[in-house]
Amino acid sequence: MKKSLEIRSVRKSFGSNEVLKGISFRIEPGEIVSLLGANGAGKSTLIKILSGAYTEFEGEILINDQPAKFNSPLQARSIGIETVHQKINEGIIPGLTVAENLLFDRIALGEISRFATPAKLVRESKEILKELDLDWNESILKDDVFNLGIADQQLLLLARALSHNPSLLILDEPTSALSNLEVARLFKIIQRLRTDGVAILYVSHRLGEIDELADRIVVLRDGVIQAIQSKPFNWEDALHEMLGISLNDAQVAQDEQRGASVVLSIKDAQIFSEGKQWSLDIRGGEVTGVIGLLGAGKTELARALYGVDKLKSGTIEFLGESYRPKSPIDAIKKGIFLISEDRARDGVLEGWSIANTASLPFLKKISSGGLMNFSKETDLAKQMIERLNVITQSHRSTVDSLSGGNQQKVMVGRWLIQDSRLLLLDEPFRGVDIGARREIAKQIRDLAREGNGAIIFSSDIDEILESADRVIVMVDGDIKYDGYLSNTSRNEIIKKMSEVA
Amino acid sequence: MNVKIKAPGSEYVARDFLVKYGFILVTIISFVLFFSSQETFRISTTFFSMLKYTSVVAITGLGITFSMAVGGLDLSVGAVAGMAVTLSAMTMVVYDKPAIVAVGLVLLAGALIGLLNAFLIVVLKIPDLLATLASMFAIMGLKLVPVNGRSVSSGMMLEDGSTAPGKFTDGFLKIDGGQLGPIPYAVILWMSLTIVCWLFLTRTTWGRAMYSVGSNPEAAMLAGIKVKLYRTLAYVASSVLASISGLILASRIGQGDISAGNSLLLDSVAVALVGTSVLAMGKPNAWGTALGAFLMGVVITGLTIAGFPYYGQDVVKGSVLLLALVFSFTLSRKKSRFISAV
Repeated sequence: MKKSLEIRSVRKSFGSNEVLKGISFRIEPGEIVSLLGANGAGKSTLIKILSGAYTEFEGEILINDQPAKFNSPLQARSIGIETVHQKINEGIIPGLTVAENLLFDRIALGEISRFATPAKLVRESKEILKELDLDWNESILKDDVFNLGIADQQLLLLARALSHNPSLLILDEPTSALSNLEVARLFKIIQRLRTDGVAILYVSHRLGEIDELADRIVVLRDGVIQAIQSKPFNWEDALHEMLGISLNDAQVAQDEQRGASVVLSIKDAQIFSEGKQWSLDIRGGEVTGVIGLLGAGKTELARALYGVDKLKSGTIEFLGESYRPKSPIDAIKKGIFLISEDRARDGVLEGWSIANTASLPFLKKISSGGLMNFSKETDLAKQMIERLNVITQSHRSTVDSLSGGNQQKVMVGRWLIQDSRLLLLDEPFRGVDIGARREIAKQIRDLAREGNGAIIFSSDIDEILESADRVIVMVDGDIKYDGYLSNTSRNEIIKKMSEVA
Repeated sequence: MNVKIKAPGSEYVARDFLVKYGFILVTIISFVLFFSSQETFRISTTFFSMLKYTSVVAITGLGITFSMAVGGLDLSVGAVAGMAVTLSAMTMVVYDKPAIVAVGLVLLAGALIGLLNAFLIVVLKIPDLLATLASMFAIMGLKLVPVNGRSVSSGMMLEDGSTAPGKFTDGFLKIDGGQLGPIPYAVILWMSLTIVCWLFLTRTTWGRAMYSVGSNPEAAMLAGIKVKLYRTLAYVASSVLASISGLILASRIGQGDISAGNSLLLDSVAVALVGTSVLAMGKPNAWGTALGAFLMGVVITGLTIAGFPYYGQDVVKGSVLLLALVFSFTLSRKKSRFISAV
């Protein structure tokens, strides 16, 4: 049955933090609407409301112009809303067969007997798969779902959602795990659903995909709809709306530094297996900002330079010598430090003091013959606290008790007070207040000024404008622009970012 | 810059005090209670023999402390101690070798088992608990092979009809039986090992690195810590300490009892867990483990003297452990972090 979906003045708060500030838009049957927004814009919250995960909110959701009320994901499904979530492992049940996974909802609801024979499950599964033109044979269907590739798992989740004949389909980043070929296959399916009259909400960071698929785009920023565009899309405008209007355009590049000596030289690099190859020199004496949307390959590059992961291809030279780090230990020895993107997951040690956290990568320096010198450790911590202006009671306070900005000062500061030759900062300003952000940015500039390299990887254009001298625009693992800030503009950078592959 | 953020609310003061010193208080109260009510408890030999009996569990608990520090748990410690008993009996009784050879072999075997455990965990990537569960069974079975499943005692009949030539040497029996003044050697060993482990874990970079692995292995790796190396070290330390307590046990029993060490695993895990709540450390630590073992010793000895039936002992151990866990998890505002592998 064809249905339209209307969201009317939807508001949602978590405590005093209002995440959605009155959202209204409409999806007609047979229409694909794409939701666009940076991290924290409110996309996930909206999806959770539509899929029935959040039931407490203000405003209305109308199906076919009738107010709809649903208090659980199950009820959302019963009125025809299906959601395919971004995280595959939240939908796949390991240990069950492919067929059991495909039919899982129906088995759980008792529509298919819990004691159904594998042959019956296979029969039922094939019916579903026929709709999708997927030709998975019996041995695949009877195999553990774990043996499916990640792309096929993604398709399985889509097939499962479609088996309920939804009239509204929500797809959250469905292509993030897929290769080009698989994306093409997925698109064919989505196009057919549109012809069949399904209303589709498509959430993605890949502008190329949205350009190909969507009929309209809704741009969300800070919980407010900034713009709604119909085809043909003006991507430059859309990105402007998504990233916000800068209040400090005038401040950009007040004292732009131009580095001279090459610190790091990357040749014929390839980040994704299907991506283009490129080469890049990073110079000391200037701050390099790498900007790109989520999934552009920034984190992959940072981790490869730090020896955690490997580039698909390419060679790296550091200070004129071949550099092939096997682990962070190799990187740290050379003075290449990484501040990783997820502080809580990759940096903070629960219950550890500032001093202990700060000294962890440099235990050798505060010890002799393995015996630790605590006063050296304390001095180091105090020096860091002072230099970065960390707001804390003492160096013995735990890092997790600090505010986000101060936690990040510790994460950055512990490397800054050491002899850093190249600092890699992956989203260093995420969840950091403006004061701490300025403080950290200043420290990075000071470090660069001494002739060292510094690369800031960020998806926030204002962070890059504020803190970098040179900007590199990365799209789908490829470099689209490389130049000094004074030679470019915010508009031009956004234009480059919006270049659809 | 020093800024007062916020003082903890007064409602927390009493609770924090309880969390921090509660366990030490419980220990002191139990000790005073038994000391004042039981005459036998007041005799100094009772005190030292209690410590002597506790030392086996305590030293094995130190081993558990290491595996817990890297975020795992070594379930093979009891089996390793049992292996040590059989191996030292075989060496001295069947092969008539001197005590020093037995000690050397036992320590070597302990180190090798630790390496094997680390291999299973670090290289084959089997979760800690499961890997050491498997090696526990393997060790318990394998030690029976050379002795045909029988306990080894001096003068026993060997397979070929001859009599076993050797015996537990006097020197070996002194490990448990000997004392320096009033203090048994086993207790001196326990205290020395506690000090060594404490220094290692808190004063050296290796100990610090181990704790970082247990707290957040990803963060440790990104900080340039050799995660695999420290997990290996921890499991070797665990097995070596378990084999040392096996030596004390062998010396105490005076024969290669094949059932020795069977109950050791649970007791030593309990004392190490109790140790995490001492001074609200929230993490495995050497002195905490020692104190946990001491409290267990006091309570068990006191109750035994008071005529409490032996079969009720496990109930008491369980209650003591539960109390400690309430301090660590329920009352503490700090999140306790260990056994993340479970």
